[in-house]
Amino acid sequence: MEAATEQAKTHAGVTSAGDKAAQFLTFTLGQEEYGVDILRVQEIRGWHQVTRVPNAPAFVLGVLNLRGTIVPIIDMRMRFNLDKVEYNPVTVIIVLSVETEHGRHVFGVVVDGVSDVLDVMAADIKATPEFGTAMNTEFISGLATVGDKMVMLLDIDKLLRADELAAITDTKAVTH
Amino acid sequence: MSINLEQFHQTFFEESFEGLDSMESGLLNLQAGTPDADTINTIFRAAHSIKGGSGTFGFSEVAKFTHVLETLLNEMRDGRRPVAPEAVNLLLESVDCLREMLTAVRGKSPVNAARVADVQARLETLLAGAPTAAPVVAGTEPVVTAAYDGWLIRFRPKPHLFQTGNDPLRIFRELAALGELGVEADLSGLPDLESLDPEQSHLGWLLKLKGNVPQAAVEELFDWVRDDSDLSIEPITAQSMPAQRQSGDRRSGDDRRAPAAAGEGTSIRVEIGKVDALINMVGELVITQNILKQLGENFDIGRLHRLQQGLADLERNTRELQESVMRIRMLPISFAFNRVPRLVHDLSAKLGKQVELKMSGEGTELDKTVLERIVDPLVHLVRNSLDHGIESPDKRRAAGKPETGTLSLSAYHKGGNIVIEIGDDGAGLNREKILGKAQERGLVKGSDHLMDEQIYELIFLPGFSTAEVVSDVSGRGVGMDVVRKNIASLGGSVEIASEPGKGSRFTVRLPLTLAIMDGQSVAVGSEFYIVPLVSIIVSTQVKAGQINVMAGQGEVFRFRDEYLPVIRLYEVFGARPRTRELKEGLLVVVEGDGRRAGLFVDELLGQQQVVIKSLETNYRRVEGVSGATILGDGSVALILDIPGLIRIAHQKQVA
Repeated sequence: MEAATEQAKTHAGVTSAGDKAAQFLTFTLGQEEYGVDILRVQEIRGWHQVTRVPNAPAFVLGVLNLRGTIVPIIDMRMRFNLDKVEYNPVTVIIVLSVETEHGRHVFGVVVDGVSDVLDVMAADIKATPEFGTAMNTEFISGLATVGDKMVMLLDIDKLLRADELAAITDTKAVTH
Repeated sequence: MSINLEQFHQTFFEESFEGLDSMESGLLNLQAGTPDADTINTIFRAAHSIKGGSGTFGFSEVAKFTHVLETLLNEMRDGRRPVAPEAVNLLLESVDCLREMLTAVRGKSPVNAARVADVQARLETLLAGAPTAAPVVAGTEPVVTAAYDGWLIRFRPKPHLFQTGNDPLRIFRELAALGELGVEADLSGLPDLESLDPEQSHLGWLLKLKGNVPQAAVEELFDWVRDDSDLSIEPITAQSMPAQRQSGDRRSGDDRRAPAAAGEGTSIRVEIGKVDALINMVGELVITQNILKQLGENFDIGRLHRLQQGLADLERNTRELQESVMRIRMLPISFAFNRVPRLVHDLSAKLGKQVELKMSGEGTELDKTVLERIVDPLVHLVRNSLDHGIESPDKRRAAGKPETGTLSLSAYHKGGNIVIEIGDDGAGLNREKILGKAQERGLVKGSDHLMDEQIYELIFLPGFSTAEVVSDVSGRGVGMDVVRKNIASLGGSVEIASEPGKGSRFTVRLPLTLAIMDGQSVAVGSEFYIVPLVSIIVSTQVKAGQINVMAGQGEVFRFRDEYLPVIRLYEVFGARPRTRELKEGLLVVVEGDGRRAGLFVDELLGQQQVVIKSLETNYRRVEGVSGATILGDGSVALILDIPGLIRIAHQKQVA
């Protein structure tokens, strides 16, 4: 009886204290579905030819002009070692922003397509299972099940740190 | 009709602060020991404007204080008082005091009465001391200093006097304050009632001022109306004295405005040419918009070409508009540098050191925001050099150096950066002392072997200060880490070079986040890069005999009398070029950091002005790239860091 009411609440999108819902924007990479905190999403835009940046990691496709700001673009498929696909009209760039100690950084990720906006209850987020070294799960903050879908929730702060995208101002002066 | 004077307050304060700045720089020039009439006049005029303005707006405290100041200046101007260093110092202090007063008045808060009274009292003491006749200052006419029984003043303003904002009544009131005043109006110029224009001045006056009043005091009151009137001032007892001064002999109407000097208000002074260009562009934009609107009203496919043309125009207009708006924000670095002479003057006196300041590159332009935020770090670095760098005269003498130390401040554009250098010929950083302090604080272990550069870097750590005595100048340990943080927040860096006994040099590099520069587009394969035009010496096609391979490693290319390393851009950047044959492409001979190299590219494209954008804001620093720019079609092109590329090339040759 109690479980039934709980479920009804979830479907209605009603939240009670201590069981907060967060909104996630979900996108697809091949068969997989990922989610990012919607508050980090600045905009969604179509694929546009980028300018290659020399000596960058392979997953950094290049930089793009986003209304006067130069924004690096990351290919999520390459980042997660998935097969490469041809970019097509559905291919989109999700522009994300993160706050770091050096200020706000904006970057774009190329994904196959944007699917939905989901309300996910904190209680519905499950921990990522350990796969040992076979699979790198450090950017996945948790798994959410909504309906019959499993969505991998991305920790974009970690993603950004690991990619060293942040301006490395502290070490710069020492090394030069 | 009543006029709300408050609407002019903002302008008054802005002009007053500018006036104070020009007074300050003038006084510092006086200090340098060459009192020329122009400088004194400039200072005097600035003081006079402030006095006049504050009187008009009812800031009586300011007016009263400035009056004393002005009297002293007037004596100097007339050559009745020598330009002594003490007097100049006191005047400088008065400038500070005035600045504080004006700030207080603007903020509608009470002025620091005690300080004002103190400075004013000292000014008055100085004034009371019998002015010793100084040699007449060059360019100033000898002035009759003896006082007479009174003055006969003939004053006939030109008809447009009122339009200049002057009111004869105010002058008369001031005159009356000096002595017994008799006024006779001359009504001869008065037209009949029908043709009378109430906004014009038709009257003339004959004024008799009785009392022992110095001529200068009388003349001063007419300073602002001199150009707009026929004026004669004659002593009453000695009619023969040719004391009349030609009107407009020394000042032109333009001088009423103090020369634009440094001033950090919220407003920005823009060259009128820049604004005109902007207006022209907006005009073009409106025309283009009209064309497009008409096209859109009854469009058919036959007009496609015209639509495309219109859109291309629109794009060009918008881009030009953006560029000129950006240019408005560019200001010369002198706005920041102007603070330094005063700082050096005050500090060197306080520290008992002799310092000569050398500045260069004051005209280097940078973005206003960057400029504003670099002032404090800059001041701190200068202060540091004065306090820790340059030694006292005794020590310098003992070290066999001239007693006067040199502090140099220079700015220039380099590789898309603005570089500001602060150098001194002092003792240099004390390696042992810094290391000892760091060990004491546990920042480094005793066993660590550090390079000199690494040791110098330690001073940028928070809370690090090696000053033995904590002075109020510097040495409170709140310094260098903040300097570095501020500079880093602008996306810049600061580096130290130091040599014991010879001095140290701080090099601040700032990216020109919003800056604009001339660039040459080059193509490598399907990619475009921008080479800063300033770094290009020549572009040339290579002939077979010009290339040599050195020690099986690097290629060198004979250019005039020297051999230059060849940098194959596609290799450095991992691009796919159209050609790998040197003779099929082009060599762009570039120079950076005093070294030259040949940059191998496929071909040269057009030249254009580019707006420099930071790559580091969202990405990171890329070796060989100083920034990025947005091309006309909205795509991004990278700007080459020529000194960086040359460094890479040299490292490769060494390796």
